[in-house]
Amino acid sequence: MATESEVTHIAELADVGIDREELGIFTHQFNAILEYFDVLDRVSGDTAAMSDLCNVMREDEVEPSLPQEEVLRNAAATEDGFIKAPRVM
Amino acid sequence: MAEGQVIVGLEVHCQLDTKSKLFCGCSTDYRNDGPNTHVCPVCLGLPGTMPLLNRCSIEYAMKVAKALNCTVLAESEFSRKNYFYPDLDKAYQITQYDKPLAEGGYLEIESDEGGEKRIRITRVHVEEDPGRLVHMGNAERGRYSLVDYNRAGIPLIEIVSEPDMRSPREARKFLNKLRATLEYLNVFDSEKEGSLRVDANISIQGNERVEVKNITSYKGVEKALTFEITRQKHLLRRGQKVERETRHFLEARGVTQSSRSKEQEHDYRYFPEPDLRPLNVQSWVKGIVLPELPDARRERFITQYGCSLNHARTLTGDLRLANFYEEVVRPDMALAALADTWISDTLIGELNYRDMSIDMVEPASFTGLLGLLRGGLITDTSGIEVLRVMLDQHLKGQPCEKPLAIVDRLDLRKVTVAETTGTQSEGSVPDLNPVIQSIHEVLAMQPGAVEDFRNGKKGAFNFLVGQVMKKTRGCADPAEVNRLLAEELKKKEE
Amino acid sequence: MGDNEICFETDDRYNAFLTTCKKAPHGPGALAGIGVAVKDNISTKGIETTCASKILKGYIPPYDAHVVELLRNSGAAIVGKTNMDEFGMGTTTENSAFGPTLNPCDTGRVPGGSSGGSAAAVAGGMVRMALGTDTGGSIRCPAAFCGIVGLKPTYGRVSRYGLVAYANSLEQIGPMGRTVSDVSDLMQVIAGYDRRDSTSYDRPYTHIPCADINGLRIGIPRQYFGGGVDPEVAAVVTRAIGRLEGLGATTVSCSIPSMEYALAAYYVICTSEASSNLARFDGVRYGPAADSKKPWHEAYQEVRRANFGTEVRRRIMLGTFALSSGYYGKYYAKAQVARMNVKQDFARIFADVDVIAGPTMPTIAFKLGEKSDPLSMYLSDILTVPVNLAGIPAISVPCGKVNGMPVGLQVMGRPWEDERVIDVAFAYEQECV
Repeated sequence: MATESEVTHIAELADVGIDREELGIFTHQFNAILEYFDVLDRVSGDTAAMSDLCNVMREDEVEPSLPQEEVLRNAAATEDGFIKAPRVM
Repeated sequence: MAEGQVIVGLEVHCQLDTKSKLFCGCSTDYRNDGPNTHVCPVCLGLPGTMPLLNRCSIEYAMKVAKALNCTVLAESEFSRKNYFYPDLDKAYQITQYDKPLAEGGYLEIESDEGGEKRIRITRVHVEEDPGRLVHMGNAERGRYSLVDYNRAGIPLIEIVSEPDMRSPREARKFLNKLRATLEYLNVFDSEKEGSLRVDANISIQGNERVEVKNITSYKGVEKALTFEITRQKHLLRRGQKVERETRHFLEARGVTQSSRSKEQEHDYRYFPEPDLRPLNVQSWVKGIVLPELPDARRERFITQYGCSLNHARTLTGDLRLANFYEEVVRPDMALAALADTWISDTLIGELNYRDMSIDMVEPASFTGLLGLLRGGLITDTSGIEVLRVMLDQHLKGQPCEKPLAIVDRLDLRKVTVAETTGTQSEGSVPDLNPVIQSIHEVLAMQPGAVEDFRNGKKGAFNFLVGQVMKKTRGCADPAEVNRLLAEELKKKEE
Repeated sequence: MGDNEICFETDDRYNAFLTTCKKAPHGPGALAGIGVAVKDNISTKGIETTCASKILKGYIPPYDAHVVELLRNSGAAIVGKTNMDEFGMGTTTENSAFGPTLNPCDTGRVPGGSSGGSAAAVAGGMVRMALGTDTGGSIRCPAAFCGIVGLKPTYGRVSRYGLVAYANSLEQIGPMGRTVSDVSDLMQVIAGYDRRDSTSYDRPYTHIPCADINGLRIGIPRQYFGGGVDPEVAAVVTRAIGRLEGLGATTVSCSIPSMEYALAAYYVICTSEASSNLARFDGVRYGPAADSKKPWHEAYQEVRRANFGTEVRRRIMLGTFALSSGYYGKYYAKAQVARMNVKQDFARIFADVDVIAGPTMPTIAFKLGEKSDPLSMYLSDILTVPVNLAGIPAISVPCGKVNGMPVGLQVMGRPWEDERVIDVAFAYEQECV
């Protein structure tokens, strides 16, 4: 079962974050669900069969792109046609 | 393996030269256009959008797999590689993980010891390129990043080698051979900036492996590897351990630097891409017809044109160069040998010096120049001068003259002794032609060298020949100068 | 598009809508002038699409989902975007960031989820038809709780292009309405091949519901009438199935052993896919701004913690965990095997019967705030998730009441036999309404 620090680590890995106040009850609920998932240990059988659909492809044809304003429209911050993002270390 | 042996493996990413992106119809021709102008909801990763696979990218990748002697898997599939980065707009890259397109091939290169060596290929797979990040700002105003998604979704082929290379030189040869092969297949354009990226794995036998990322030029590979090997050897000599890590190559400074980011511990949580169907393309392999590849073309240049192995290697090592050679020789097969030496030994050097590509030379003009040389109209020295004028004219955007026009304009026709036909008229004095004139002048101006010659000093004769060549501005035939000078010197002795 | 508009004025006392289009244009076609509500996880060009989440507040898609294009082409008027559980994660619509939707049958109770807004809009008489989405029961559950009809089509029958993905391998967009005929009419508009969806099949739907079920063989799985199901609900559904027998159908007992782990498999798969699908929400290209003065990782986490609800964060974490190195084999890989077993169980049963019937939900609609424990909430999906794992079609049609609240009869069919499933529901409806 996951400890509170493991749960914190998973929250980091998933980049969703957990507040201190919710950590205790969250861990408890998280573990209850994981325990429920243990029933999968009893599953036996082959791995999934091949899908019936395969080789779904399109021809190499150019289609119109969005105008630049449309690409930028929903972005919170832009500069000279670029989308602004926080700095990467 | 010898202790202290260098072990190198490469992961090469090349952009496939399709018209549209890997999973959407945006044009791949983005380099001259503004940021975020080759983007659609799919490659922008807008919620609700879905990828649709470009058939051509698979066909191209299969050509590469076949040319590299790989086995195409019966069933392959796409997977998601999950990580967070601003240039990765879905926060996952659609790539291939445990079921790549092809596995287990090889590429032959010239080994350090001479002779051919096989570098084994582990796998070949297809994936999408992320967008492009530009780092902005400074410590005072605050740093931030600007993102351009034009590149997001460009099809990449990833070719992974086994750690079979033993030196930076072998790595460069592998890369060059790979690049040439991809160009011969017409699936890759090496002229496009950023179209090739390399990650290298380097270790010294018995020690930890270091990954060097972010190598984006061919020269950079050899530099990065040389630096890294030196760095590792230094550590070991001082009794320190080489740490297993990821480093970045900083091209401008020619050094590798440790990446302190968390990405070292990345858990990519791969799983099969649920929005795409598996690939069942093994049956396509037999229908793939490969064009003539570098090795076959090299052999053909040797047998068909009589090129030496080294020259054939050089000429066929670049698709455009090989095409140029054959285009030059086509109108006149007899020029094959002359073209071989002049291109390999002279033209390539002149182009490199001017940072020009072979595309900038018109084959017909070069054929013309070779014709003049073969016909004896100009000497080799003059030939070089004409070639330089031709190249400089192109470089400066001036109108390009034909070789013969240049020869006439600069008065470079070969100067020779006039041939005497039949008998001399009685009592007439032979013409003092320009060559003999020059010889007389040089002998008068160089009494010291003449003295040295008389005393048996070897270099003196050649020195005098050189002086005559200078005086005739290279237009005299060297063989003739030798003959006449020897005669004149003998006359003086008498 | 024609010049016509309908005026959509509604007193939305159930909080069914997140966005209403007061003047909704429409053209000619099969659904000309009919107001249709669209669940807010389906992209509508120029109309805010939030998935009931703060992280998409203000997001205006520059494109229409495929089904929305089809709706417009059929002459329907899109009158609004309906409330839902955030990103489809929930069974009650209480997980919406913009307040829960109330059940028109009893406003102290939930309408079901995650397509609670669409169900309430129909049940409350605001629209005749609505689009919902069903990942683990999200159309059928609210249809059952609100007393309307809802169909989850065979996987791949309706294009997912434009549906904001929660669990790609499980979900389908589907029709909801007051009558089976309305649902069938809407299905006809939205079903069919879309090249942009590589999981889509070329199976258009052009069916007029037919009430003749003489000779129909109906499988009754014992797991649908066992301990986890409220006895009163089971009794109502049993009676309803009896009415079908009266119309000439016969019933056969059957068993779905893989139901033992179907729910666990479902939650592993859907949370895994969701953890990946929702990773793109970072405040850079859309949504509330990431603080560009902070470094990337910090800014990113902050935006997500502040703007994702608790349930969404929980499922993202479960999925991240299930896919993580060292756990992939135990969870995700096992869940896929479990899924294959569920498919095989259904295939085996369908060799002897034509449809399978049982309750849609184990209980009637919960009271608002009643289910606060996540696991107990997940367990109420037990009867609906096997259908999504197997990719088969299933419909919920109202079949009676318990304590004044509607009960849904669920009819499941073979892959591609959506028509037959519609017919059974139609037969029941014609007989009993």
